Amino acid sequence: MTETAAQIETVAEDAATRLCLSGRLTLAEVPALDRALSRVGAERPVTIDLSRVERMDTAGAHVVTRLEARLAAEGKGARIAGASPAHAALLETVAAAEPAAAPAPAARRGAAERLAGVGRRVAGAGRFGAELLDMLGLILARLARGIVRPREFRLTALVHHCEAVGVQAVPIVALMAFLIGIVLAFQGATQLRQFGAEVFVVDLIAISILRELGVLLTSIIVAGRTASAFTAAIGSMKMREEIDAMRTLGLDPGTMLFVPRVLALLLMLPILALIANAAGLVGGGIMAWLVLDISPPMFLTRLVEGTDVANYVIGLIKAPVFALIIGVVGCHAGMRVRGNAESLGRQTSAAVVTAIFAVIVADAVFSVLFAEIGI
Amino acid sequence: MAETVISVRGLVTAFGRQVVHDGLDLEVTRGEILGVVGGSGTGKSVLLRTIVGLNRPQAGEIEVLGRRVPPRTEAERAALEGRIGVMFQDGALFSSLTVRENVEVPLRRVTGLAPRLRRELADLKISMAGLPWDAGGKYPSELSGGMRKRAGLARALAHDPEIVFLDEPTAGLDPIGAAEFDRLIRGLGDSLGLTVFLVTHDLDTLHAVCDRVAVLAERRVLVTGTMREMLDVDHPWVRDYFQGPRARAARPAGGQG
Repeated sequence: MTETAAQIETVAEDAATRLCLSGRLTLAEVPALDRALSRVGAERPVTIDLSRVERMDTAGAHVVTRLEARLAAEGKGARIAGASPAHAALLETVAAAEPAAAPAPAARRGAAERLAGVGRRVAGAGRFGAELLDMLGLILARLARGIVRPREFRLTALVHHCEAVGVQAVPIVALMAFLIGIVLAFQGATQLRQFGAEVFVVDLIAISILRELGVLLTSIIVAGRTASAFTAAIGSMKMREEIDAMRTLGLDPGTMLFVPRVLALLLMLPILALIANAAGLVGGGIMAWLVLDISPPMFLTRLVEGTDVANYVIGLIKAPVFALIIGVVGCHAGMRVRGNAESLGRQTSAAVVTAIFAVIVADAVFSVLFAEIGI
Repeated sequence: MAETVISVRGLVTAFGRQVVHDGLDLEVTRGEILGVVGGSGTGKSVLLRTIVGLNRPQAGEIEVLGRRVPPRTEAERAALEGRIGVMFQDGALFSSLTVRENVEVPLRRVTGLAPRLRRELADLKISMAGLPWDAGGKYPSELSGGMRKRAGLARALAHDPEIVFLDEPTAGLDPIGAAEFDRLIRGLGDSLGLTVFLVTHDLDTLHAVCDRVAVLAERRVLVTGTMREMLDVDHPWVRDYFQGPRARAARPAGGQG
């Protein structure tokens, strides 16, 4: 190519300054061109001579148009001369397209605005809570209707979700609880050995796993696995307007989608917690045997004698409540998904965080409650 | 004779055992607006993606602006990317950036361009694509489908490419919006001297915008020519396409078959 870089030549004539532009007025040349042209004085009328311009694109045309506008506003005016027909047409297109109103810069946020922001977030959190309650009510109502009118109930979906929620979660839940049992036994042993009270490690493991950790950690794992899966499945249906299609076909999303999922959780979470309890005790028992020489029969005896069955009941009472929390949060987040993929991702991670947080809060409430009534 | 800017010779593309193109030839000359039509699944979008270097063909030679595609070195790739622009079907805007930031992305490769000037150029392109001046601050999710397409066009044009590739620019637009888009493409093509490679189904767009039409069928370019020449082609699909009831309705008044 024989094209040359952009060049500027200033010639003083008697009445005006002649500004000769030549070469390429293209995007790559624009940074240098813009710097050079910003130094052109506005004291005299200027003629912008484009007769030797070889190539011009919109970026070049923009710089020329802006120079003309600046000179017209500040000084004695400017005139474009010698543009080829194609360049003149381009200049005209660009000048016509220049945005009329400059976008207003974002206003700085004052203290009042910040306070209002805090208020809005609090109100938003309140609305979020109300929506969750709304979803809980809907699911309970549909569950009740399923009992009254069992023919509407979708058994196949329930079985499918039981498998996805329950059966497939067994390995991870069991492994997690087994490891927690090992950790508890090991930590308990090193501490209790200082008092010669090694045998109480059995009580430690049994009470903490049966009463708290078994069900809580199972719920946290299930919240991570299942709340996200619910949100992703319902959210992608919402995104593709499948839920709207269901409504127009007279199908109720509550009965079709939410009830089988939540019911599957309600049935499966206690079973998973039971498995976690067993795995935790086995893990703890093995560790106690290896580290403290507490043989399995002795462990069993101590377990039956020293641990009240109430601990086990208290642990499992919480499971359906946690299941309901996880299901409601997952379904609700799915329904909050809007038409785009980002909101699906955002809601999925929000569902996991909300579900885990709500489960822990509920567990704390249970602890206080049980302490108050003294069991 | 105008300079050839895109040349495709003996192109073969296949996905697994499904052959999409088999010995496809096509040439596009500088400054023309070429419309590529074909039935669903004839590989129109695949052809576009192959020419811009997103698909690797099984065989055949592609040259864009005298350079081999797909490029073999990073330098070749960089040299080519600055000179072509692509508008994807739904705009393919970066969802985490505002429209203005989207349009600024291709401008960031220009060394020494001041942020203020980059912003101005982005606003200019947004306005040239027919979006209101305040659209620049919005996120893609806040825009309608038609506006997203316009924003996609603004981004494709941001760095003043020599060739723009448009994938179904009017699909999903209402007739008024589609007609405006046709005028926009024609106007930009004329005033910027663009070469446009346009994949479409829209007969109105073909009439309003395209200098030449290439028909994809039977895994190759069956025929190329002006819209008027298409009427004389004796091939069942071409006849159905250009002389069917919808084609007759789209033909401009006075344009006799």
